[in-house]
Amino acid sequence: MTAATTTHDPNRRDFLYIATGAVGAVGVAAVAWPFIDQMNPDASTLAMASIEVDIGAIPEGQIVTVKWRGGPVFIRHRTKKEIEEAQNVQLSELRDPQTDAQRVQKPEWLIVVGICTHLGCVPIGHEGKYEGWFCPCHGSVYDTSGRIRQGPAPLNLAVPEYKFLTDTKVKVG
Amino acid sequence: MSGPSTFVPKSAIGRWFESRLPVMGLMHSSFVAYPVPRNLNYMWTFGAILSFMLIAQIITGVVLAMHYVGSASQAFQSINDHIMRDVNYGWLIRYMHTNGASLFFLAAYIHMMRGLYYGSYKPPRELLWIIGVVIYLLMTATAFLGYVLPWGAMSFAGATVITNLFTAIPVIGTPLAHWLWGGFAVGAPTLTRFFALHYLLPFVIAAFVGLHVWALHVTGQNNPDGVEVKNVERDTVAFTPYATIKDIFAVSVFFILYAWLIFYIPNYLLDADNYNIANPLVTPAHVVPEWYLLPFYAILRAIPNKLLGVVALVAAIVILAFVPWLDRNPVKSAKYRPAFRFFFWVFVAICIGLGYIGSQEPNDAMTMVARILTGGYFGFFLVVMPVLSFTEKTRPIPASIADAVLAKKTAEA
Amino acid sequence: MIRFTIKALASAVALVSIVGGVAFAEGEQPKPPRESWSFGGMTGTYNKAQLQRGFQVYREVCSNCHALSIPFRTLGQSGGPEFSEDQVKTLAASYQVTNPEPNDKGEIFKRPGTPADIIPRPDGYPNDQAAAAAFGKAPPDMNLLAKARKYERGFPWFVFDALPGLQYQEMGADYIHAILTGYTNTDDPTWNLYYPGHKIAMPQPISDGAVDYKDGTPKTLDNYSRDIAAFLSWAAEPNLNERRRIGLGVMIFMFVLAGLLYFTKKRVWESAH
Repeated sequence: MTAATTTHDPNRRDFLYIATGAVGAVGVAAVAWPFIDQMNPDASTLAMASIEVDIGAIPEGQIVTVKWRGGPVFIRHRTKKEIEEAQNVQLSELRDPQTDAQRVQKPEWLIVVGICTHLGCVPIGHEGKYEGWFCPCHGSVYDTSGRIRQGPAPLNLAVPEYKFLTDTKVKVG
Repeated sequence: MSGPSTFVPKSAIGRWFESRLPVMGLMHSSFVAYPVPRNLNYMWTFGAILSFMLIAQIITGVVLAMHYVGSASQAFQSINDHIMRDVNYGWLIRYMHTNGASLFFLAAYIHMMRGLYYGSYKPPRELLWIIGVVIYLLMTATAFLGYVLPWGAMSFAGATVITNLFTAIPVIGTPLAHWLWGGFAVGAPTLTRFFALHYLLPFVIAAFVGLHVWALHVTGQNNPDGVEVKNVERDTVAFTPYATIKDIFAVSVFFILYAWLIFYIPNYLLDADNYNIANPLVTPAHVVPEWYLLPFYAILRAIPNKLLGVVALVAAIVILAFVPWLDRNPVKSAKYRPAFRFFFWVFVAICIGLGYIGSQEPNDAMTMVARILTGGYFGFFLVVMPVLSFTEKTRPIPASIADAVLAKKTAEA
Repeated sequence: MIRFTIKALASAVALVSIVGGVAFAEGEQPKPPRESWSFGGMTGTYNKAQLQRGFQVYREVCSNCHALSIPFRTLGQSGGPEFSEDQVKTLAASYQVTNPEPNDKGEIFKRPGTPADIIPRPDGYPNDQAAAAAFGKAPPDMNLLAKARKYERGFPWFVFDALPGLQYQEMGADYIHAILTGYTNTDDPTWNLYYPGHKIAMPQPISDGAVDYKDGTPKTLDNYSRDIAAFLSWAAEPNLNERRRIGLGVMIFMFVLAGLLYFTKKRVWESAH
């Protein structure tokens, strides 16, 4: 059982084993990928990744909630007063400093993802100290630009990618 | 026969763990030190291939269950529109699963035929063999349940035909069928419960495979010469690396065949009718099971009586469990049994012939041939085996495995 | 093992030939001729221009009676007809789609389609029952038709159909092409040479010149049949191009790995003798 082992060049033997092991490992990794990727969003979900919303009928001062990628998006037709409040905030007061201009394309339309940046609850509009949003779960307070002002949330409400197709039509996503 | 548990972990943590739960020692004695007869040929790699296929089926199956909808109104679309079109690599995983079932059976049949040829069912391995028959029955049930899930026209017909077999049982047959269906015909409740059972059974199979391997490691493996190991040093090699690398190589070759089916002819073994959605009001013109059940289907159709047909179908499988007592010849391997070897090949041909007839539309000539072959199928077990047990003139068997290996080497040189 | 296999095969072939001889005595309709397809063989892929023409045939002819339940977006995805994003959008918008959810007033409403929508059913036949009432038999949804139709090849051909280099997976396309070109009895529009029993529920749907191809392809029945068969093959199996591409890689890889394992196995076993 031991006779033949010494007659071979040990280096060649090692190379063969290492090469086989390496190729085998590559194969296992390649097979693993489809089994991981299958859990990612599928083609039909990705096709729904953008929606078009008609905003012509939203009166000033109102917030409309639309469903985008399975969650809420707030479209807020802001009043003059709300716009002014949002613009007249010192950046130094903010936890996540952003000017209002960085968060809107047109001042009268604020479009944000309606998910509290703390732990994912849906905040309530026109509530809280700043009359922006108030999250009932853990008391985070957002202003009329959707920026975090009080409470445990670390970040402002996210602004999704969007584009005004016409004056009354916006494409989110 | 399982290797002596002399395993001592190198690290202190390993030793701490091992003295409390000797799982590494179990692995070591089962899959490293375990002595394997040194004369095994490639027919003995199908155990490893089957383990690989079982794992592949379970993994792909669990993944498919993440996307499949087990309801009669959505099952067909969830596979053919959702999984096959939209899910990332869904088509790949679905084709792996459905062709995997076929290859699982192919490997199982080779494994079973190898057992028959080399007398692997003879003492002391009777229980090992019977556990194998149980695994085969569970595989058949699982495959049947899984075939219903796409809810195509052939799924529906298959479910109807197979569950109607139970109505052949006197008195309780019809109530039993209603109980299985959850209604008065195969329908929405049937599909949902079949999905639940199809998910359950593979784990039962895995448990029986555990018993199968355990029993194997108690008795040790049979081998092509059918003589038991006499001297561990001379007759065996260690499972690792010898059997391990051989098994891995065999699995890689089998995987090439698997990949050929998945990537190049994925629909070759599937029935086109199953791409039509199930319709309880219409049965496909030509109802056939998957290829691996065709021989039994031919036996069923060969018998012109409903109850007797079902009895023959069940008997054709159950008879396998009695093989250890039907064949009493002390010589195990067909290598040293010329007459048995001849009848074995006749039996293989009969099985393939029955399979072909099972795939064809019945007519008088076909039915006649089917009856002859059915007679031959049972004749192999009930006549050939008992008669050859006592009458066959066997050739001399080698004194030991080492002698057999040596003789083969001399012959080659 | 090789001897084992050869013996098994030889005995099986002998037996099946005897049995098979009995089976094919009776006459039937002829088998569809085997055509040559761009997506046949081991490395074939769909021809984009052909799929686009096939879609035109579907849209102008088949869609009057047949549904094709695939999403518009797939018409733009790679490996298919590959219409541009704008073309798909325009196409989708030209259909009126029933919104899956009611509007704010609770009314079910229709709107122009988007790429994410499934191609709607033919206008007059909102479900199979309506179609069956109109035609006597509901025209099948065409999204899987090319995989749902096959014909018996018989022994020994079905064995060759599985082998590398000879494999035959395009029976559905051949069947569709054969049916569309099989209306050879001018006196009877529902007589079809290739349909089992020759009586088909669908009267001849298309003939020379019925669809106006823009790319200069001759406007013949044979071309229409070929193009729609190719298009329906894609609709039934949209991942074929990707499958072939991955398959080639897997095959090359597995031969290398199996080769390496073979030599490793040999080397390991040298020490056992």
